[in-house]
Amino acid sequence: MRITQGTFSFLPDLTDEQIEKQIEYCLGRDCSIGIEYTDDPHPRNMLWDMWNLPMFDVADPKAILHEVNACRKAFPNHYIKINANDATRGRETVVLSFLVNRPPHEPGFRLNRQEAAGRAIRYTTHPYAADRPAGERYRE
Amino acid sequence: MNHKPNGTERYRAGVIPYAKMGYWEPDYIPKDTDVLAVFRVTPQDGVDPVEAAAAVAGESSTATWTVVWTDRLTACDVYRAKAYRLDPVPNTPGQYFAYIAYDLDLFEEGSIPNLTASIIGNVFGFKAIRALRLEDMRIPVAYLKTFQGPATGIVVERERLDKYGRPLLGATVKPKLGLSGRNYGRVVYEALRGGLDFTKDDENINSQPFMRWRERFLCCMEAVNRASAATGEVKGHYLNVTAATMEDMYERAECARELGSAIIMIDLVAGYTAIQSMAKWARKNDMILHLHRAGNSSYARQKNHGINFRVICKWMRMAGVDHLHAGTVVGKLEGDPLTVKGFYDTLREPRTPARLENGLFFDQDWASLRMVMPVASGGIHAGQTHQLLHYLGEDVVLQFGGGTIGHPQGIQAGATANRVAVEAMIQARNEGRDFLKEGPEILERTARWCSPLRAALDTWKDVTFDYASTDTVDYVAVATSTY
Repeated sequence: MRITQGTFSFLPDLTDEQIEKQIEYCLGRDCSIGIEYTDDPHPRNMLWDMWNLPMFDVADPKAILHEVNACRKAFPNHYIKINANDATRGRETVVLSFLVNRPPHEPGFRLNRQEAAGRAIRYTTHPYAADRPAGERYRE
Repeated sequence: MNHKPNGTERYRAGVIPYAKMGYWEPDYIPKDTDVLAVFRVTPQDGVDPVEAAAAVAGESSTATWTVVWTDRLTACDVYRAKAYRLDPVPNTPGQYFAYIAYDLDLFEEGSIPNLTASIIGNVFGFKAIRALRLEDMRIPVAYLKTFQGPATGIVVERERLDKYGRPLLGATVKPKLGLSGRNYGRVVYEALRGGLDFTKDDENINSQPFMRWRERFLCCMEAVNRASAATGEVKGHYLNVTAATMEDMYERAECARELGSAIIMIDLVAGYTAIQSMAKWARKNDMILHLHRAGNSSYARQKNHGINFRVICKWMRMAGVDHLHAGTVVGKLEGDPLTVKGFYDTLREPRTPARLENGLFFDQDWASLRMVMPVASGGIHAGQTHQLLHYLGEDVVLQFGGGTIGHPQGIQAGATANRVAVEAMIQARNEGRDFLKEGPEILERTARWCSPLRAALDTWKDVTFDYASTDTVDYVAVATSTY
């Protein structure tokens, strides 16, 4: 399966050149860019690991792309995303977030059903990969 | 007319004009804490427009048809609403914009029913006016701060969904009536699996003989959870909890919560009290609250009488809903672009300056009330993606009902076409392209590798709803007061 989190997951994976253009757009909106990675892609895992702090004072898209590639090199089999943080009053959250790396094989999620009272079912979404310890979940 | 009568003259038993009772005060300077309203007044033939405006002020605040001495037991000058400005409607003989100021203490804190009972309570049936329309209101910060506002708001909704930087995508299940629970769940699953973020009950799906509400809730949540596991995304289905009584509504909402739904919906016809109750419930239960504007066109569409929808937008932001249908510009339902922009700004902006071309008569500071996500629904399809993004921006739910379910290759393909079109258009916009002009070309190029989009474009490429709007804004660049 292909996890479709992030703004551009229905498009073919973005090239570095395309990623750089999106970074330029974010910088043009005065956003700071953060890189985050994980091997637990549960849809409600909102705390991915940070690749350093958001780059508050970096204005060069190439420097940010360089960091993306450094993160890819360190975690080639993880999900990696770029988040653009907008500090404008009243927004103060992420305004663009898209994947820039994914594991070569994505086993996806098991849906566990627990039969409850009446016809109700309690659902749990479980990433197959999470059965293994963190850091060993996705392999070549 | 500005001569102030003394107490004996003023309160002699009998009938005197409203303007002379103190409801017309052209020198009045509205206070920052006043609630302001502007009405479009059409006086009956022979009725002085000033008297008509004063009558509207009177009948929407303290007045009755005759003088009552009991006024003198109160600080009646404060409680009287004051018509303070009257402008002829540009290019529309016989109609006037009447501006009226209401003291803050006329209204109960945090109560839309109380606010509306004054502002639209009796006055619309008043004989001396032929027609009356509430065009806009300015709600003072002091009053706004007594309202909860949207239970969730755009920022928190996006954080919960983990979806940023693009319009959200939805679809209303069709046919809107008649599907069994199992068949209904099938439509929900296919649409969410194919790429939509949300699906939606329609306004008139409650608990009918063909599908009782619990069947629908159970089948929809199976579909939502299966689609979520198949895509790794948070998904939702707006479960309509509208019912005959609050007890029924709470029961349905509790059930939705227990089943793990992220979002519920209610209809505008449920009434302001029910909406405020559900907004409080939604805040307490981490639930996104979608509001379908069912019924609004029965009073919002005609220009000379009723309530402009921008006022409903204001009331609903105060009442505390998270989603509100606010027009598509290009789809099948009423919506002139400038007017719709006024609705969207009212729902989404931290403050809206007076902009007559958008029908906004007053500066409005929203005092940190959360932002409502507008919903564009009705006759839209993937071929209009560039126009939708241009007119509506990215903080919007685009609901392609027929434009998903009517896709020739099936519902999943329809959903995929919509999602791909939106992502491709956002990518192009962010790259600095003139996406409105180049939109058709961007879609064509994307369709070369995305056959569902190809089929969508081929099926609906010539579908437009090009009718003149009924509800447009009447303004001239500079409005001048003539009274």
